[in-house]
Amino acid sequence: MTALKLSNVCKSFGKTEVLRNIDLEVDEGEFVVFVGPSGCGKSTLLRVIAGLEDATEGSVEIGGEMVNQVPPAKRGIAMVFQSYALYPHLTVEGNMALGLKQEGQPRAVIEERVAKASHMLSLEDYLKRRPSELSGGQRQRVAIGRAIVREPKLFLFDEPLSNLDAALRMKTRIEIASLHKALDASMIYVTHDQTEAMTLADKIVVLRDGAVEQIGAPMELYNNPANRFVAGFLGAPSMNFLPAETLGGAAGHTIGIRPENLRIAEDGQISGTVAHVERLGGDTHLLVRTPAGDEVTVRIFGQSQIQRDAEVTLAYDPAEAYVFDADGARV
Amino acid sequence: MNKARRNPLNTAAAHLILLTYTVIALFPVFVILINSFKTRKAIFREPLALPSAETFSTIGYETVFKQGDFFLYFQNSMIVTVCSLFFILLFGAMAAFALAEYRFRGNTLMGLYLALGIMIPIRIGTVAILEMMVATGLVNTLLALILVYTAQGLPLAVFILSEFMKQVSDDLKNAGRIDGLSEYTIFFRLVLPLVRPAMATVAVFNMIPIWNDLWFPLILAPAEATKTLTLGSQVFIGQFVTDWNAVLSALSMAILPVLILYVIFSRQLIRGITSGAVK
Repeated sequence: MTALKLSNVCKSFGKTEVLRNIDLEVDEGEFVVFVGPSGCGKSTLLRVIAGLEDATEGSVEIGGEMVNQVPPAKRGIAMVFQSYALYPHLTVEGNMALGLKQEGQPRAVIEERVAKASHMLSLEDYLKRRPSELSGGQRQRVAIGRAIVREPKLFLFDEPLSNLDAALRMKTRIEIASLHKALDASMIYVTHDQTEAMTLADKIVVLRDGAVEQIGAPMELYNNPANRFVAGFLGAPSMNFLPAETLGGAAGHTIGIRPENLRIAEDGQISGTVAHVERLGGDTHLLVRTPAGDEVTVRIFGQSQIQRDAEVTLAYDPAEAYVFDADGARV
Repeated sequence: MNKARRNPLNTAAAHLILLTYTVIALFPVFVILINSFKTRKAIFREPLALPSAETFSTIGYETVFKQGDFFLYFQNSMIVTVCSLFFILLFGAMAAFALAEYRFRGNTLMGLYLALGIMIPIRIGTVAILEMMVATGLVNTLLALILVYTAQGLPLAVFILSEFMKQVSDDLKNAGRIDGLSEYTIFFRLVLPLVRPAMATVAVFNMIPIWNDLWFPLILAPAEATKTLTLGSQVFIGQFVTDWNAVLSALSMAILPVLILYVIFSRQLIRGITSGAVK
């Protein structure tokens, strides 16, 4: 069964079009990530699904029911916000229970679900505390707990990790992944971080300027991007783009090569000077400037002794390169 | 303050300035208080002297309690001030919430219209207001004063509160909507507590002019039963003779309730229970 179906969803604020003709289906139990640069409309799309914004056009179906006219609380969704958005006047327990109380659930059910969720998130010791007495990571767990207790048909996450520091972000990312497994729930997750998208998603939706660029499994998008934007957005360091003419291709076309597919070789097709070296221990990143002024990133596994200003030639396998036409579409 | 950044000279200078200001601000109050406990002659002989055994007298307070219904005036002032503040804060906050939260046609225009009153003194409309009050039969009622003061206070309240409400996290309100809270619950339970410092500011700004006002009580409610404290004290000020003991005593007592209200509101100004809602 489909957990969510969007058909031709459009949204505009006055004359500004924010979302254009979005079609999307999310299967039950699927983890879908909306990813894109800031201002691409991914958060607005999430808010349309949540019912916090009305779609200007198109329909939103959750669990097979059309919900365009249904208020957020009755859509069977739960949302986790970037800023946690905990109720400052309520305890952790009160924060988690409020939604259920509003639904008119009996007290026994509320207590049982809060107990279950707080056990799952190891929040048992904090139930009587107020949000101001918790650390950032604990607050985020309470926010997730508040979503879990409602047992929604669809979880919505709006950049939930961007207020956490790097170490905690990774930990919480793994927690969310295992939570998805444990609950077997449908989840939609908005982020601008491609690492989060790649690691969490069953299906990634890449958005740009309010339109869907490509939908697919993470590795499918990585290995087979539909256009230059998707190719450049996924993968870190991002893909190198060179004018095809310099490499013997058609005029106007662009050749894209992933940094890990380039290697230093005597008979390489690309020559240039090393402009910068980043040594990460496990990897070494070289920034090579070609005589034509293009910059190419090379990812070398392990530690390389290469120095700045060294002259190098780079080789790549044409089978691993991507060709894009002048409009950015894949050839 | 950080110890490294604390310069004793600066600290002393800051304290000196603050203390000087405090003395200047409190001096008139002090003079009123000491003189209210002196005999009439002593007031004129040495206005700045403290009451001594010879000059001490409570004649002023006695006159106040004997003449006129001082407690009634007091009660009237209290009712008018508290009710006006309540309505200013309630309606001001509601209008501010609507302006800050909802996107609708003419939002900005409506905001400007509601704030226009800041620039137009309400006293210009006194004649029209009086005519209206006569027509509606509200002359010589406390309600007339409450209505006028509410109107007078609303523009600034809407202006200040809508700025503050715009700063309340959208996520928090949306979380409430997803949990099924009504817009009213979101307003009263989530937003109002977070703008409490702004509400206290608005309350303090409005409270003192209302409490001290002589103009509207004199015009709209001069009857004995509806006299406010300021108006009631005027009986002691005559064209030829002024009973200074009584005036000073009445003023001393009039300071007290404003002081209490101010302490209540300023505690709200300081109290910060808002942390932890959003990062």
